[in-house]
Amino acid sequence: MKRLINQRPGRVSTAALALLPFVALALFYVLASDARLAANPGDKLLPSFTTLAESFVRLTSEPSQRTGEILFWQDTGASLRRLAQGVGISAAIGLLLGIALGAIPLIRSGFAPFVAVLSLIPPMAVLPVLFIVFGLGEVSKVVLIVVGITPFIVRDLQQRVQELPRELIIKAQTLGANSWQIVLRVILPQLVPRLIDAVRLSLGTAWLFLISAEAIAATEGLGYRIFLVRRYLAMDVILPYVVWITILAYLTDFLLKQTSRRAFPWYHSGEPGR
Amino acid sequence: MTPRIRFENVWMTYGDQVVLERLNLTVAPGEFCTIVGASGCGKTTLLRLLLGEETPSRGRILLDGEPLPAEPGPDRGIVFQRYSVFPHLSVLGNVLLGLELRASPVTGRLFGSARRNAQEEAVAMLEAVGLGQALSKYPTQLSGGMQQRLALAQSLVMHPRILLLDEPFGALDPGIRRDMHELVLRLWRENNLTVFMVTHDIREGFYLGTRLLVFDKLRYDPDEPHAYGAGITYDLPIGQADPGTLAQVLGRPGVSRRPPASSPQPPAPSGER
Repeated sequence: MKRLINQRPGRVSTAALALLPFVALALFYVLASDARLAANPGDKLLPSFTTLAESFVRLTSEPSQRTGEILFWQDTGASLRRLAQGVGISAAIGLLLGIALGAIPLIRSGFAPFVAVLSLIPPMAVLPVLFIVFGLGEVSKVVLIVVGITPFIVRDLQQRVQELPRELIIKAQTLGANSWQIVLRVILPQLVPRLIDAVRLSLGTAWLFLISAEAIAATEGLGYRIFLVRRYLAMDVILPYVVWITILAYLTDFLLKQTSRRAFPWYHSGEPGR
Repeated sequence: MTPRIRFENVWMTYGDQVVLERLNLTVAPGEFCTIVGASGCGKTTLLRLLLGEETPSRGRILLDGEPLPAEPGPDRGIVFQRYSVFPHLSVLGNVLLGLELRASPVTGRLFGSARRNAQEEAVAMLEAVGLGQALSKYPTQLSGGMQQRLALAQSLVMHPRILLLDEPFGALDPGIRRDMHELVLRLWRENNLTVFMVTHDIREGFYLGTRLLVFDKLRYDPDEPHAYGAGITYDLPIGQADPGTLAQVLGRPGVSRRPPASSPQPPAPSGER
């Protein structure tokens, strides 16, 4: 018998093992839901799968009686737009500042402690400030995401720049590169796949801030809808929305990973199983 | 003739620790100096001084009669043991990079006919080191020996005044290492290079080049091992070095701390840096 740390599952058992927790969770839900519905057919806390499916179809196909729009897609569009804007702005700032701080000692000495302190401010604590300054519209929600994840991306990318082998930076200088050329041809191209890594890591946090902002002040959005129907105990709406948000988050992460592998094969060549 | 490199009473100290002391050295253009010595005897410091990564604590270094610039530049090429090539560029891109940087200060890229000309030059250089078939590969797809060939081509396409080699073959298998020795000697002769090569392998030092510099402590105080720095204890024109001299050099306490070099050494651990 091999040691536990040396036992590896085959292809089929890998898939089976991956499915197991999902199946177990679904089974547990069905049992709990059945038990509650048997006691009280009008129970709203754990609706049956049938109710959930009906509700999902209704959400995704029936236009709202008030506006004529399908709220589910309207909410999805609004949330994804805010998320993309927030994450996009954060990534751009992160790349610029990360490279500047990592590559140029004079800038690092001047600003790295400042960024370190800024990153400790809890973003939710400044949300009221954002609402006061930027109003209750789109801007404050996007800014909350930016405030929330930019410090992490900046510090992560600064670290990645400093981790580039010293030899490469010296080699570039012996090829006659000036500081700008080193940033442009040596540091930037090696940092873009690392930026994708940092964005993937910060997406979960970005969703957190997006839904928080939407919960507090919004007129549409996935987070807004969940918190709106909470007062009716509408679990048949909340649960599909939560699953949908999870799927969106997973797909975003998957797409970023695939993009990185396609565009930067040299970065991923050392990964196991490739 | 002006010496290519001249060290004038160079000292290198870090705090209380003296690494190099009273270093005087004159190297003519076209010489191939191999530098051996125990770990911590200033070989790497010498290379860092030549690169301009460090400036001497005392004394001065002249390159073709002018003070050596205090930062790395295109007049001095370098090949490290590892991380000498850019992982995000193809083989061709790696060699092209220097030509592009020189010609295009703002974008660092060449287009059109300028790019085609540079490409021809780069391909010729790659063919000279035996990488003509691997132009579009990425460095991670190359073996260790091929990566070092690429690093050599990348440096030589810039026609540096001196070429610095920092244990370039330390991580390679013995057979590959022999091929690389021949390649380096051929490139040195064909391009009329001035070479400084640091190596752990004293036999490599004897086999390659025109001049062997052995670094060791000139004085030693067992109570204060860092009080005195290293200097050149042997400066041998190779060719006149008979087996007796080799045995004598190997017999020095500083040098014999390395395992006996009777067989090719296993890849040197890179823990020194």
